[in-house]
Amino acid sequence: MNCQECQERPATLHFTQVINGNKTEVHVCEVCAKTKGYMAYPEEGYSLHNLLSGLFNFESVKKENQQGKTYKQMQELQCPKCDMTFSEFKRIGKFGCAECYETFSSRLDPIFRRVHSGNTKHFGKIPKRKGGDLHTKKQLDSYKAELQSLIETEAFEEAAQVRDKIKALENQKGDSKGG
Amino acid sequence: MTLQHFMNEAISPWMREEGPDSDIVLSSRIRLARNFSDVSYPILADLEKLEDIQSFFKEEYEHQTFQDYEDFAFIPINDLTSTEKRVLVEKHLISPHLAKNSQAAAAMISKNEQVSVMVNEEDHIRIQLYFPGFQLNKALEKAFEFDDWLEEKIDYAFDETRGYLTSCPTNVGTGMRASVMMHLPALTMTKQINRMIPAINQLGLVVRGIYGEGSEALGNIFQISNQITLGKSEEDIIDDLQSVVRQLIEHERKARSRIMEQSSIKLEDRIFRSYGVLKYSRIIESKEAARCLSNVRLGIDFGLIQDVSRNILNELMVLTQPGFLQQYAKKTLSANERDVLRASLIRERLQLEK
Repeated sequence: MNCQECQERPATLHFTQVINGNKTEVHVCEVCAKTKGYMAYPEEGYSLHNLLSGLFNFESVKKENQQGKTYKQMQELQCPKCDMTFSEFKRIGKFGCAECYETFSSRLDPIFRRVHSGNTKHFGKIPKRKGGDLHTKKQLDSYKAELQSLIETEAFEEAAQVRDKIKALENQKGDSKGG
Repeated sequence: MTLQHFMNEAISPWMREEGPDSDIVLSSRIRLARNFSDVSYPILADLEKLEDIQSFFKEEYEHQTFQDYEDFAFIPINDLTSTEKRVLVEKHLISPHLAKNSQAAAAMISKNEQVSVMVNEEDHIRIQLYFPGFQLNKALEKAFEFDDWLEEKIDYAFDETRGYLTSCPTNVGTGMRASVMMHLPALTMTKQINRMIPAINQLGLVVRGIYGEGSEALGNIFQISNQITLGKSEEDIIDDLQSVVRQLIEHERKARSRIMEQSSIKLEDRIFRSYGVLKYSRIIESKEAARCLSNVRLGIDFGLIQDVSRNILNELMVLTQPGFLQQYAKKTLSANERDVLRASLIRERLQLEK
């Protein structure tokens, strides 16, 4: 078996990663293991970061086998703000700046899915000041869901109240946009 | 607050209060990772930009107070000696990563040491907030309030779909790592813990020994934390963690009472032997000290040892770490010298209890 990094030398290091029950195997030669970050800190053994970077590499190698040239094109993705390339990102397992998320966005879902048990979207806190609009949107969504369930249980009086709240919020939103 | 204040005491002021379930849960912690939206992450950013962030924190927050978290000290990591860095790491006020990569790095620590903010760690901002005992909800509530307070002056890197954007993909979304530190001697003695850890891992939670290398749990102290940060709300993540911790507490209590019923004289012997070692030994390695401290703490929980305070485990675990010993001795010590000083500090500390 050849090394999955250089595809030249025989793979002499083999390891298996199990993340949230997903098993993947990595096969590399000693040279690539040292130069491509699998053994960045040999004295400390394999850190999470090494394993992660291995994980990203695996993802791309699989793609390469399936799609041939696409892989080379992907290699050229580069963040306009911090100059981080996608291949560098895969090697070190870290983003360079907030913009990288945008730049690499088409390639991130599989990575996030692997690391976060299949999840790719945020469902948590929204910053107060920055996320002003988002808060309103979130509130509207929850009111709408409430309205739906009230209608289903034929609690029309409460439903009317919730409908008024939705109207008020929507007006408020419209006002702030107009101004 | 001055640096000296954090160096002198092994036990942080907030640890002196007893929280819920504190016979088993030593502390609860929430960590939030945040970044400035317009600056590259510390691994890539220009030193100048990182220094700007450092000065921003100094100017805006030094000596400030937020709620119970008073008089924030601002500590540039480069100003510290290696021993001082080590002490802050041993007290869990900064991470080993911050101590090692100290480029434009700083720590902001509240007087009661309950809140610490690491500046220019892997992310620009890492907020840590501790509560004694099992109080994850309370810790989350306070961490959110503190986060909102910082956000008043900082534009966070945030995206509607991906959430809080972090340097490492393992933190994106909530940027939150919630953890509890648990003392689980009975589950360790009965080896039940070995069966439970893989099951807990399956749930997307991580169990680690703290203090000591690798998976070894020095002093039978384990840290349980969430692994997943994307796709679940902070509250849901904490609910999951809490339900596992509650089960662990229950199993630990059952295991304790079973051991007490089945082999009480053996257990008593073990506890009092350890007490004897701590009280009278002249040379003690950190592993042996940790083992004995765990046993003595169990003896206190059982009511077998009554004249020693429960805090002894948390306090002496920190006090007997290499960094703290050297801080105390005011010089670098060889391993042998450390073992002698460790034994003498423990003896002294137990004398104080009388």
